[in-house]
Amino acid sequence: MTEPVLSVRDLRVWYGTDRGPVRAVDGVTFDVRPGETLGLVGESGCGKSTLGRGVLGLTPAAAAVDGEVVLRSPGGAGRNLVGLPAKEIQRLRGPELGLIFQEPMTRLNPLMRISQHFEEALRAHEKGLSKQEIRTRALDALRGMGIPESRYRSYPHEFSGGMRQRIMIALALVLRPAFIVADEPTTALDVLVEAQIIKILADLRKNFDTSLVLITHNLGIVAEACDRVAVMYAGHIVEQGDAREVFANPQHPYTRELLRSTISLSTTGLHFIPGSPPDLVEPPQGCRFHPRCPVAMRGCATVEPPEVVLPTGVVSACWQQAIEVEPSLVDELGPDGREPLAAVKEISVADEA
Amino acid sequence: MSNTSKQSGSLRRYILTRIALAVPMVLILLILVFVMMRVAPGDPISASQGGKLNAAELAARRKAAGFDAPLLQQFWDYLKSVVTLNFGTTFSDRRSVREIIIENGGATLTLTAGALVFATVIGIPVGLLAGRYRDRPVDVVSRLASTVSYAAPVFVTAPLLMLAFGSTSGQASPLIQLNVPTQTHILIVDAALDGDWDAVTDILQHLLLPSVALGLLIVGVFIRMIRINLIQSLQGDYIEAARARGVRERHVVARHGFRNALVPVVTVLGLQVAMLLGGAVLTEKIFNWPGIGRQLIDYINQRDYVAVQGIVTVFALVVVVISLLIDFVNALIDPRVRY
Amino acid sequence: MATTTLPTGPIEPTVSAAASRFGGLRRIVSAIREARGVPKFMLWTGAAISALFVITAVFAPLIAPYSFDTYRSGGHNFPKQGSPDGTHWFGTTVQSLDVLSRTIYGARTALEVMVLAVIFSLILGVLLGLLAGYFGGWLDRILVLVMDALFAFPYLLLAIVAGFVFSGISGGGVVTAALSITVVYIPQYFRVVRASALSAREATFVEAARAMGAKPSVVIRKYLFGNVIQSVPVITTMNAADAIGTLAGLGFLGLGIQPTEAAEWGYDLDRAIDDVNAGMWWTCLYPGLAMVIAILGFTLLGEGLNDVLNPTMRRRRISKVLLPAHTRRRTVTAPALPDVPEGEAAK
Repeated sequence: MTEPVLSVRDLRVWYGTDRGPVRAVDGVTFDVRPGETLGLVGESGCGKSTLGRGVLGLTPAAAAVDGEVVLRSPGGAGRNLVGLPAKEIQRLRGPELGLIFQEPMTRLNPLMRISQHFEEALRAHEKGLSKQEIRTRALDALRGMGIPESRYRSYPHEFSGGMRQRIMIALALVLRPAFIVADEPTTALDVLVEAQIIKILADLRKNFDTSLVLITHNLGIVAEACDRVAVMYAGHIVEQGDAREVFANPQHPYTRELLRSTISLSTTGLHFIPGSPPDLVEPPQGCRFHPRCPVAMRGCATVEPPEVVLPTGVVSACWQQAIEVEPSLVDELGPDGREPLAAVKEISVADEA
Repeated sequence: MSNTSKQSGSLRRYILTRIALAVPMVLILLILVFVMMRVAPGDPISASQGGKLNAAELAARRKAAGFDAPLLQQFWDYLKSVVTLNFGTTFSDRRSVREIIIENGGATLTLTAGALVFATVIGIPVGLLAGRYRDRPVDVVSRLASTVSYAAPVFVTAPLLMLAFGSTSGQASPLIQLNVPTQTHILIVDAALDGDWDAVTDILQHLLLPSVALGLLIVGVFIRMIRINLIQSLQGDYIEAARARGVRERHVVARHGFRNALVPVVTVLGLQVAMLLGGAVLTEKIFNWPGIGRQLIDYINQRDYVAVQGIVTVFALVVVVISLLIDFVNALIDPRVRY
Repeated sequence: MATTTLPTGPIEPTVSAAASRFGGLRRIVSAIREARGVPKFMLWTGAAISALFVITAVFAPLIAPYSFDTYRSGGHNFPKQGSPDGTHWFGTTVQSLDVLSRTIYGARTALEVMVLAVIFSLILGVLLGLLAGYFGGWLDRILVLVMDALFAFPYLLLAIVAGFVFSGISGGGVVTAALSITVVYIPQYFRVVRASALSAREATFVEAARAMGAKPSVVIRKYLFGNVIQSVPVITTMNAADAIGTLAGLGFLGLGIQPTEAAEWGYDLDRAIDDVNAGMWWTCLYPGLAMVIAILGFTLLGEGLNDVLNPTMRRRRISKVLLPAHTRRRTVTAPALPDVPEGEAAK
């Protein structure tokens, strides 16, 4: 197996607020291999976008970051990006690390022509490029995204949302990064454009061997475009593994609930997970999902579950699997620890009433 | 190629629409000026010539000036005088208002330009610094300073400036004594055209204090606007996107932050020029500056209605023209406006 | 029809009018209490200075050593252009008037004009704004045009013209000066009130309340107290600051209050310009300083209020975070199950 191009170990990103620190990302570990696409899914407000930005060192000044983000691309040279001086990581952003944003409408400077955006990006990383070379490379990247040469000197407001997103992708690709984070790249776009963008992203790894972290709350996209999937809940990754395996055989109750909530042709009634993601200033004790978990046990509310590496290679952080794999762990849940947590049912009944 | 012609076409269309929209504005302003001038009791002639003439002479004068005609007729005459850029002839000294504008306009123009230059040179860097280092000492100090400058009227700052820097420029303006051939009626330009650099220096010296006093009136607004604009543009999504592409921080702040923050300033500039015209009236009085504002005050004290009406009309037209110009400049620098 | 658009909340107009009125006030009070940092400093400094100004103005006869037009006392005249000394702390003017007394009485004049101007423009602006916003149509269109024209006009020039016109009608008194200044501020109130009256007209519950027979005046009052009360304090305070300056501007140009009627800072400053050229500083410094401080007080108060009440400029306070030591989760590895071939598990 090839060595991962990016290894994240125990990454934490906490924001300071009046009420105390928000634990947006709280000890996250994953690998991305060259040419691999990792889908990062979960509800809004569970730390997905913060994780994406944390990897690129784009967290706000008031955030505290620790853990390891090791980049093994040629430019990254196995360095830990956390704690790297601002100047160094700025040099890596672009040619090594790319970021594609959620809302393309506001991501281009309205006063700059598309050509100026490309000139700025290329000049920032490759000094001595001639105007002609810049033009050739920019037009290559734009052509790949289906933007005609005649629009090169247009202003952002002259493009539709889908076109702007393709321009944003071209702007990221023109520097040939080894690793790209795409943060809900299609959420703001309509369905037809969405399919187009997803296809472009899926072609990336074929053509350039680019690794991709695709952040989304759309499970359909993950099933279509991702090799592996990581499910995030309240700042933790609760389950990760091979995409097909996780979809066919979801282990963590949150993954199961998430999959049940997806609408498909066979859907007969709408399912939703009662409650909402927890307040990350004071996350629940024990397993963070226990207040909403349909199979929660008493012990889940007090003791944090271990990560269980299953034979399929899927990792799930849930007591249900932990006890199955290692029955001796039951003791940790305390007396009556395996009794169902009744409160859950009451909440869901009250919510539906 | 077709692209550029399309763009200039839409620019032309924008300018024409904007001019068309200005017409009702001008009309309303003219009606306002006219109505205000007619609200006063009695009639302009007896107000200005009060005890000097007997009743028969007053009536004759009234007839000659058209003040015995119905109001609508008077308004029509007024409109005609505006369209022909004539604006009437003063009662008190039989000058044509147009002549006043030509002879004294240059001085007002020089003064407001000087104030604008001062406000821009001080306001833009300070505003940018304050916005860039929000809530740091430089921001707090500049914020308080701009509040003080906003709170201090010209006629307070001017005497204080005169006390502090010597009152040479306060006395009867030596500008009148300068002997340069009149070409543009703007003294400093005339002096420059004449090659009389001593005169230019002299004018600049005398311009300095009035410009600073008048400029202080608007520099606070400048600083605040630029600060807020920069804070907002630095929070812009395209700023984060540029950072994500690894653009250097200095470049991000300068190119994306500063530049985008300065575009709305053009609009503020337009509003402030209107404010400057009001402040110029005071400044011209304090420094004995031979501009239109001082003429206006003189005619007000003589209760010369035609002169006041004419000068105020010109001010109103200038305000409309400036707001038009500002919109055109905006359309040129901000590609979004045209659409 | 009406019942289908009825909101679930209470519709009893008088009750909710009172509730939203106090709701608006309560929101302001709580926002003021939560203020921190620079806005808090501006708010309280401004309030303190403004209070000082009002107290000085109200109790001027008790505070000032002489009346504003006293030029002799104890049988002999005050010195002419006397520099500050023990009897005349701030010196005397060319007319032998006591500068300290005139400065204090100037506050009184400024307060009178300021209060009248703010009340006049509030009444007229709110009334016109309501008419335009609620009834719409040609009246609205004409009023908007006129107000835009007034707003575009340089405000000091507008006050000068108004002062010129009004002084022709009613002479140079406090009311005349206040009226001249009023013209300048009407458009600001007009805009705010018209905008919220427009949205009130469009809000569905107004339709509902009307269908239930509530009088338009009740509907308007209810909506306005909820919306306008947020922006009017800021406009009013800023206008109060501005009114002091504009009044003095008129006085400076000789268009304001007649010097025989009251002491007025602008008039005094006008007289002081000649003194400045002669190197005399006290006749201009003290009234000028008093005026700047008064304007500053109301400006700070207004800006502080704006920062506190306007949520778009409010900034979430952020504090640095110290990360506690991280305890990694335990890992439990399941033994590979020999009876399930790996290929099948992957499918």
